[in-house]
Amino acid sequence: MRQLLLCPPDYYGIEYEINPWMSRARGAEVPVAQAQWKGLFEKLSSLDCKIELVPPQPKLPDMVFTANAGLTIGRRFIPSNFRHEERAGEAPHFARWMEEHGYEIVWLPKDLYFEGEGDALFGGDVLFCGYKFRSDINSHRAVADLLGCLVISVELVDPRFYHIDTCFCPLPDGGAFWFPKAFDEYGQRTIRDHLRDLIDVVEEEAVHFSCNAVVLGRDIVLPEGAPKLVETLTDRGYTCHPLPMSEFLKAGGACKCLTMFMPQRENV
Amino acid sequence: MFSETIILRGHIIDSLILPKVLDQILTQGGEFKIGEIKIGQNRVDQSFARIEVSAPKHELLDDIVLRLRQHGAEVVEKKDVELEPAPADGVFPKDFYVTTNQQTFITLDGAEIEVHPALMDCAIVVDREARRATAKKFHEVRREMEIVVGHQGIRVVPVQRSTERTDVFEFMSTNISLEKPKSGIIREMATELQRARTEGGKILVVAGPAIVHSGAVPHLEKLIEWGFVGLLFAGNALALHDIENALFGTSVGIDLKSGSLAERGHENQMRALNVIREAGSISRAVETGALKSGIMAACVRHGVEFVLAGSVRDDGPLPEVITDTLKAQDAMREKISGVSTALMMGTMLHSMAVMNILPATVKTLCVDVNPAAVSRLTERGSFQSLGLVSDLEPFLRELTVALAR
Repeated sequence: MRQLLLCPPDYYGIEYEINPWMSRARGAEVPVAQAQWKGLFEKLSSLDCKIELVPPQPKLPDMVFTANAGLTIGRRFIPSNFRHEERAGEAPHFARWMEEHGYEIVWLPKDLYFEGEGDALFGGDVLFCGYKFRSDINSHRAVADLLGCLVISVELVDPRFYHIDTCFCPLPDGGAFWFPKAFDEYGQRTIRDHLRDLIDVVEEEAVHFSCNAVVLGRDIVLPEGAPKLVETLTDRGYTCHPLPMSEFLKAGGACKCLTMFMPQRENV
Repeated sequence: MFSETIILRGHIIDSLILPKVLDQILTQGGEFKIGEIKIGQNRVDQSFARIEVSAPKHELLDDIVLRLRQHGAEVVEKKDVELEPAPADGVFPKDFYVTTNQQTFITLDGAEIEVHPALMDCAIVVDREARRATAKKFHEVRREMEIVVGHQGIRVVPVQRSTERTDVFEFMSTNISLEKPKSGIIREMATELQRARTEGGKILVVAGPAIVHSGAVPHLEKLIEWGFVGLLFAGNALALHDIENALFGTSVGIDLKSGSLAERGHENQMRALNVIREAGSISRAVETGALKSGIMAACVRHGVEFVLAGSVRDDGPLPEVITDTLKAQDAMREKISGVSTALMMGTMLHSMAVMNILPATVKTLCVDVNPAAVSRLTERGSFQSLGLVSDLEPFLRELTVALAR
């Protein structure tokens, strides 16, 4: 059974602007956001997984996006080094909670920005890592040193898709669904070289953060607004669970951003 | 070219980061040289590459490196050169760096500056305030001048073989001996001279008196008239024998038409000297009409600068001959800027002296009837120097025919 980390949206809101989706003028509707998060929590709970909750902290509205807490492999937790000061305050809370829950905390050098599972997703035995907008490519090397696995670094080129988990979602059968234009040409070639059966997501659906999905075996929890993708995934034998995520999209996040696998892999 | 060394580490092959970085360097107008590369053996092994990135301008290099940093390039910090003051006038500090004729850069306060000129067997004198590095000979150095010592912070850029076009210097890797056919090579040389003239490069001719003895004067005159000679370096003998020939039809008393000793021919050289000394200079003798033909007269008429350097064997010498060796070297060095091709004919020692002051970028062709002289000269040059064993008259005759086409 997979274990997931979520953070209730008690303090969630658009209080600053650190990506093209965020606009303080267009704030999140708090009751709607809470209902959407509850919907996600309940959907995930109904699937084959166990959910842990990290206590939310005032003045850290984005703590709800636990995918950026760090990267968990086995009992090791690599906390994020956030690029933006606005989010840097989250790191000690996540680290403390993980430590209290028996994880070994392994910090990366402070000068290497790394935003956790948001920019580091396993596809097969390869760890695909996004860089430029948030994580530094040199943090990928540090992660590779720590884990001893093949780390493929891909450059993100569309600021709307600033983390790799916003435009790329590996599937357990070895494929992935992705929005290719979010990557530069080399990144696209690299991903094609390493993964077969890639499903391209069209832009109209990608902008609904359709790739920001939580995959639990054959179940895929994703934001609503991607009928074509749902159809393709259904044809491949997956069960899709589209959920309304409008209030979190306003902050540039959706299902996957709200979830961290604990661990993402038992070992590498 | 300015350069920085960068290091890439990680899964740079699988992630296509290495090809991306190399492509980016070229796209932005830079160049690269891979200094070292280690490719991981197993799937999880990381790779390593040390790459020298260069660009014609400092700002462009900074811009390229800034972009490469985004892809994980670490810049290798450059060490500054070590400097020591000259202990006395004309003396370099112990361990002074001896220059080569290749393009050279030094790192000063973290940034590179180019050493000018690219002159071999000098020391590098550094003016910190003006951020200037100059290659200087012994006699130019003054006490307390700051001089580069050791080898730290120095980068030498050897002349590279061009990948765009090949010329006679590049496809010929050995000297052309007596036994080999020469017409093809001479035609290529003619093409090279034409190219140099078209591109505005100065052609330097270094010539010995054998030009006159072998009867090649009319050919060299043609080269001068056609604008293929931008600068002439020679000794007293070439000029004097040429003038004697112009005035009396003899060279050291030998009638150049019949090849026999002219009557009282031994006097002609002294009389020729006297004509020029009386005029005050070679150029004045041309102006007054006392000297009408020959190599030197052609130079004066066509505004070709010449430097005549003296030796202990000289008769006279002619008024323009510089008898102070150091001053002669200085005069030669002063004139060589802009020289792209040098044609050295029939004088081993003078050619050697010129080789010593030419940057490695200058293409040199050495022609001499003595194979040993050709070997000694071309051994001193870069791969851009080519030797041809030939008598001078047939060589120049064929060269002028090829150029006339």
